[in-house]
Amino acid sequence: MARVVVDVMLKPEILDPQGQAVANALPRLGVDAVSSVRVGRRIELEFDGPPDLTKVNELADRLLANPVIEDYTVTVDGQPVPSTPAAPAAPAEEESA
Amino acid sequence: MKVGVVTFPGSLDDGDAARAVRLAGAEPVRLWHAEPDLRGVDAVVLPGGFSYGDYLRCGAIARFAPVMEPLADAAEAGLPVLGICNGFQVLCEAHLLPGALTRNAHLHFRNRDVRLRIESNHTAWTTGYDVDQEIVVPLKSGEGRYVADQATLDELEATGRVVARYAGPNPNGSMRDIAAISNAAGNVVGIMPHPEHAVEALTGASTDGLSFFTSVLKHLAGAAA
Repeated sequence: MARVVVDVMLKPEILDPQGQAVANALPRLGVDAVSSVRVGRRIELEFDGPPDLTKVNELADRLLANPVIEDYTVTVDGQPVPSTPAAPAAPAEEESA
Repeated sequence: MKVGVVTFPGSLDDGDAARAVRLAGAEPVRLWHAEPDLRGVDAVVLPGGFSYGDYLRCGAIARFAPVMEPLADAAEAGLPVLGICNGFQVLCEAHLLPGALTRNAHLHFRNRDVRLRIESNHTAWTTGYDVDQEIVVPLKSGEGRYVADQATLDELEATGRVVARYAGPNPNGSMRDIAAISNAAGNVVGIMPHPEHAVEALTGASTDGLSFFTSVLKHLAGAAA
């Protein structure tokens, strides 16, 4: 059995209004020293046997993350797996909103 | 003319889309997400709603529905496809249109009539409009903010593939006020607001949306002639 973990984050240049909303709530708990909050997603897959890493990367690239707006990392039993994206996406337009 | 309307689990606006198709003068054909069969239709509408619960990302799971396989092939071959709201999200996830739709910048669900400016009438779905014509149709979405990288946005603008922009205040933070885009061939169009809800005076904000559905019939009649 192997546990594959896929962590998905919005690309740094993509606005994360969810993270901003969380950041705005922090002062209510008395925390003022946080300049940025980003919210991502963690997906855990339990494989019955050793996972096919090419297939896992394909899953991450085609379904679990949308490389147009998101970055992802894959780890198997805690060990990072090098990603094999088809083509690196160009960075999204910078925004300051 | 037969225009297919796909129903995914969680689709909401398939009924209104089919009604708009009928009012435009075509025969609506209901297509089921689990059947890889387009039933011989001449065009397809992907309706609004929350396909597969919009789990993971809006449109991410619907993109792999069995009906999407023949649909993607047919779209590449020139079949007119209109994705409205969730349908637009599905088309982006399926890479039939560039970019993505993300959470509204202000985090609020936006449910209101919006003014749009038509910028291209060279698509299968907008021939009935004049360029710079302003129309009023309802918008109702929480994840309607169009984003793409700068090169893609520049290319969309340079090649006339921005089909409509928000003419009033930008309701969701969409980059460059984009409300609708097309693919390079102009047969695939994605729009975030809902033309199918503006086809009858009794229930709509206007009847401005009907031309999307009459345009595609004219386009198909021209192609057949």
